[in-house]
Amino acid sequence: MSASSPMRTPATRKRRRLYAVLAGLTMLGIAAALVLTAFQDNIVFFYSPSDLTEKELRPGQNIRLGGLVEEGSVKKAADGVTTEFVITDLSKTVPVRYGGLLPDLFREGQGVVSQGTLGPDGVFVASEVLAKHDEKYMPPEVADALKRSGQWKEPTK
Amino acid sequence: MHRFANPNQFLRIANPVLPWVAWLAALSIGTGLYLGLIQAPQDYQQGETVRIMYVHVPAAWMALFVYASMAIASATALIWRHPLGFLAAKASAPIGACFTVICLATGSLWGKPMWGTWWEWDARMTSVLILLFLYIGYMALVDAFDEPTRGQRAASILALVGAVNVPIIKFSVDWWNTLHQPASVVRLDGPAIHPSMLWPLLIMAVGFTAFYFAVLIVRLRSEIAAAKIRNIRIGQVHG
Repeated sequence: MSASSPMRTPATRKRRRLYAVLAGLTMLGIAAALVLTAFQDNIVFFYSPSDLTEKELRPGQNIRLGGLVEEGSVKKAADGVTTEFVITDLSKTVPVRYGGLLPDLFREGQGVVSQGTLGPDGVFVASEVLAKHDEKYMPPEVADALKRSGQWKEPTK
Repeated sequence: MHRFANPNQFLRIANPVLPWVAWLAALSIGTGLYLGLIQAPQDYQQGETVRIMYVHVPAAWMALFVYASMAIASATALIWRHPLGFLAAKASAPIGACFTVICLATGSLWGKPMWGTWWEWDARMTSVLILLFLYIGYMALVDAFDEPTRGQRAASILALVGAVNVPIIKFSVDWWNTLHQPASVVRLDGPAIHPSMLWPLLIMAVGFTAFYFAVLIVRLRSEIAAAKIRNIRIGQVHG
């Protein structure tokens, strides 16, 4: 309604505002996408064993390592506190040593995320171990039946 | 849409709808809680702890749904100067913030026994925390100006800007590896959740949605009444 634009009708002002909002949201979306892509490495919660071989790690750098606990790899040390196991992403494996309480869901074949440092001997010394669970929810009987009939799909991540 | 632009027109429809959505909310939340907490089976991995899902997941859905509604309402207010658009967004913000708090609190309670931690800075949890800050920021900004229309415009723009966070929350578990597991229900190859657990979840979701609309109508009614009172007072001062 400003005096400088007496020709502007309400309809064109509404359309102009609509375009401004759409353009603003598009720019914002592009900006967000660029930022998130640039920070990709900082947003991922953990590295997989394959990532570890590609990354250049500083000695003693604190990272999170995630994957599946390899079947048959869990060993309790003689001191009764330290647990040794192997984390795998089904192509690479990393041995892990951890002295502390494990979450209830921790078991062989389960997804875990461990925080710690990779030692010079290639053993990952964890200061914390978290359990992951998959997105499947079902009663125990159904899970047993699926396993019996061979239709059980192991997690791939 | 402009038929509802008149607040009186809106109230003529909303007032009779209110008892229906209120009863729908009470019945489905009651049924959903009974089915989820007592009837539903335990999970093969998580045991009884899985029952937190029946509150956590609908709250998370509503946190996103209310924010999306708020952003759309703010857009109608900014573009078409829809008089109810801004009021609907303003009335929604505290409801959405409550759903977000419920989602974060139940998620934390669930994370401790299952993952072994109350909180981790993974992409899903961090983006939901940002959602809560957006809600709080909106509520703070709306009333931060002496002139109401300036606060309305600033808060509406904030609501629109924050909308980029909604797809980030939804897809965070797919774009990055996270501690939080990927989606179980809304996914391309169908729900990965047994029907005996899916039904209570969906009934809870219906209940939470009805609850949102019931509270929204009540809050909108009071916002409309407050606007009328303000206009009368202004009229008295200038008259």
